[in-house]
Amino acid sequence: MGEYAIEMNNIHKHFPGVYALKDVTLKLRRGEVLALLGENGAGKSTLMKILSGVYSSDEGEIYINGQQCHISSPSDSRNLGIGTIYQELCLVPNMMIWENFFLGIEKVSLGLRKIQIKEMRNKTKEVLESLGLDIDPSSKVSSLSIAQQQMVEIARAISFNAQIIIMDEPTSSLTTKEVEKLYELIGRLKKNDISIIYISHRMEEIFKITDNVLVMRDGETVGTHITSKTNKDELISMMVGRVVEKYYTKNNHATKEKILEVNDLTTVYNKNVTFDLYKGEILGLTGLMGAGRSELSRALFGIDEILSGTILLNGKAILIKNPRDAIANGLALVPENRREQGLIIRNNFGFNITLQVLNQILHNFKLDRKKETLIIGSFKKNLNIQAFSEKQKVMNLSGGNQQKIVLAKWLATDPIVLILDEPTRGVDVGAKAEIYTIMNQLTEKGVSIIMISSELPEILNMSDRVAVMSRGTIVTIFENMDDVNQQVIMNYSLH
Amino acid sequence: MKNDQKFFQQNPFFTFFRHNAGVLLGVVGLCIIMSFASPYFMTKANILNVFMQISTNTIAAFGMTLVILTGGIDLSVGSLQALTGMTVAVLITNLGIPVPLAVLIGILVGLACGLFNGTIIAFTKMPEFIVTLAMMTIARGLAYIVGDGKPTRVSDDSFNQLGAGFLGPIGLPIIYMFVIMALLWYFLNRTKTGRHIYAVGGNKEAALYSGISIAKVQIIVFSLSGLLSGFTGVVLTARMYTGQPAIGNGAELDAIAATVLGGTSMAGGAGTLGGTLIGALIIGIMGNGLNLLNISSFMQMVVKGFVILVAVFIDTFRKKSSKGI
Repeated sequence: MGEYAIEMNNIHKHFPGVYALKDVTLKLRRGEVLALLGENGAGKSTLMKILSGVYSSDEGEIYINGQQCHISSPSDSRNLGIGTIYQELCLVPNMMIWENFFLGIEKVSLGLRKIQIKEMRNKTKEVLESLGLDIDPSSKVSSLSIAQQQMVEIARAISFNAQIIIMDEPTSSLTTKEVEKLYELIGRLKKNDISIIYISHRMEEIFKITDNVLVMRDGETVGTHITSKTNKDELISMMVGRVVEKYYTKNNHATKEKILEVNDLTTVYNKNVTFDLYKGEILGLTGLMGAGRSELSRALFGIDEILSGTILLNGKAILIKNPRDAIANGLALVPENRREQGLIIRNNFGFNITLQVLNQILHNFKLDRKKETLIIGSFKKNLNIQAFSEKQKVMNLSGGNQQKIVLAKWLATDPIVLILDEPTRGVDVGAKAEIYTIMNQLTEKGVSIIMISSELPEILNMSDRVAVMSRGTIVTIFENMDDVNQQVIMNYSLH
Repeated sequence: MKNDQKFFQQNPFFTFFRHNAGVLLGVVGLCIIMSFASPYFMTKANILNVFMQISTNTIAAFGMTLVILTGGIDLSVGSLQALTGMTVAVLITNLGIPVPLAVLIGILVGLACGLFNGTIIAFTKMPEFIVTLAMMTIARGLAYIVGDGKPTRVSDDSFNQLGAGFLGPIGLPIIYMFVIMALLWYFLNRTKTGRHIYAVGGNKEAALYSGISIAKVQIIVFSLSGLLSGFTGVVLTARMYTGQPAIGNGAELDAIAATVLGGTSMAGGAGTLGGTLIGALIIGIMGNGLNLLNISSFMQMVVKGFVILVAVFIDTFRKKSSKGI
């Protein structure tokens, strides 16, 4: 056995028109947690897809436990002891946990080839218990929380005797408490000499749980650092290839002019939500997952039915029964999940940006191409959207660019109140900084922003005021940012 | 040079050719093969004949294309043709209603059934497949009830001219086809609702979050599909001088075949009317060619099935390989 669980040497990969991986080298020791860091499009996913057998490399060698091997399909990868936990979970919701564990590799008896339910269930139970998960193997996956489902996926990988586990942004949909559980689980896996490749954009996590950090940029490895001997600024400048001078751009543009007054708003998910929003301010809205933040945005935007309460815009009561009412009143919502809720992903970039302002480019059955190009071009330039043509399909763009397109689509409507739900989730560092700059420019122009976020650094650095939600309602609003820190937010979140 | 490139990229005709290269080659290939196989094939009379034969299927397929673009499906097309055809025939022959009024009522019956489909789908959220399957049976039953189960002959010549008439050398149904295509092209590409159709099919949830009324879009596309089915029912009846309760059997499947051959994604969100026209042409040319070669209609069904499989396979394959990352 060699020193490393995995050694990938001089990996090259071309796609039509793209040199995706250039001479990439990755070494992972047994029992090591290696962070893989890089902006979207840096080649992290491609590299991991080579390990998980989705792609094969054009050149290069892969050694597992010192043995050279070829991974040409996902089942090869699995047989070599590599388990991949994708960002989107890959369990069948309507099946039981044990059924999912053995999907495609069901145990059958000799002779009659009857499936051996009891044996599979027991084996599943064993694995779940070994990881300290107290979940009944016969419960349906759909009855589990997202975090539990993720744990189950990790357990499933372990049940294939995975020695190497790849986790792609595993915490992106977990609450703080659930993240702690995941850390515990990772600690336990390490003790069993299982190696982990951990992809994440969240710096705090990387410093908390990884041993080493491998940074990639533009398909190349920039370098590997021992996590405890580096710092955030160093990693960020490695990722973007330059020193990011100012990450958060924030000037105070808040006024005392009330734009929006929400009184006692109640829906199926929210109860008695009351808050004001001032012109030009950024109101940070935070809390744990499930506290009702996104639901509040859905209510304000007319997607969830408002059962009682009033909304006043510029002092006048408004009635919002559907998203059209909200838009007509100058509200805009950049939703949490851009691929599912924000974009027509298979359509092109221009189509998506102009979707809200078709009135401006289509009159009397004529398409005003000049105007269309003008709108698209100005947003492309102002938001620095990296696409080679307006006809490029949105799904082929990076997460940061996709997010900017959703933003552009709503900015085109000239909103008075902009609701941003997790505006920088899954967005790389460079684009994140750009989004913060855009937010700052908007408030300067007098737009009021409600920013929903689980990332406390973002909340602390970008907000003028912070509202904390818990169990469907706003429990407190901090009027003065000096009073706010991670600790007090957590206290109120657990209210 | 750069300008040239831009022209080729942006000119809608070239874009169309690039996107439909596969099926277009199919049409050309078929024409070449057929013209060798039968000297009669490449004559003006026969080409007009092919267009005449595909006209009603193409019009119905345009409606189907709208529905499939939103991610739906309409199985009631054929039955609605029968119902509207019978309605018109009975109104004229049995009740002596003037032709224009009868035609209007007939088409409105199609529209009403489509509106019913769309409304039920939009507000109960029942699957399109099931709702239109139910309508397929209901309308077929009504078609038999209206005429007491018997074909109804229409001897009014002005009515029959609607289907059998000519403008110069060109049959009226061919003209209907192109006029409807032009109108729908404008609707799809130059109106808000048109773009909303693509958005709803591309991603329903994102459409909802964008303030698009999904219910409205669904009601509109199903109503249009019903309207066009009704119209084709009237034209078919006029062409045959008879209301037949059994016409349009399986017409929805032909419409789906033309749509899919034309490159419209069954998942919705992508496709063009021009593609559908080409899809219908392929089916039409093949049927015509096989007829000229005296191949039995049973064999033609087998061939048609395989052609659909192969054409869509080529398309799927091409899309996969051009995807890249």
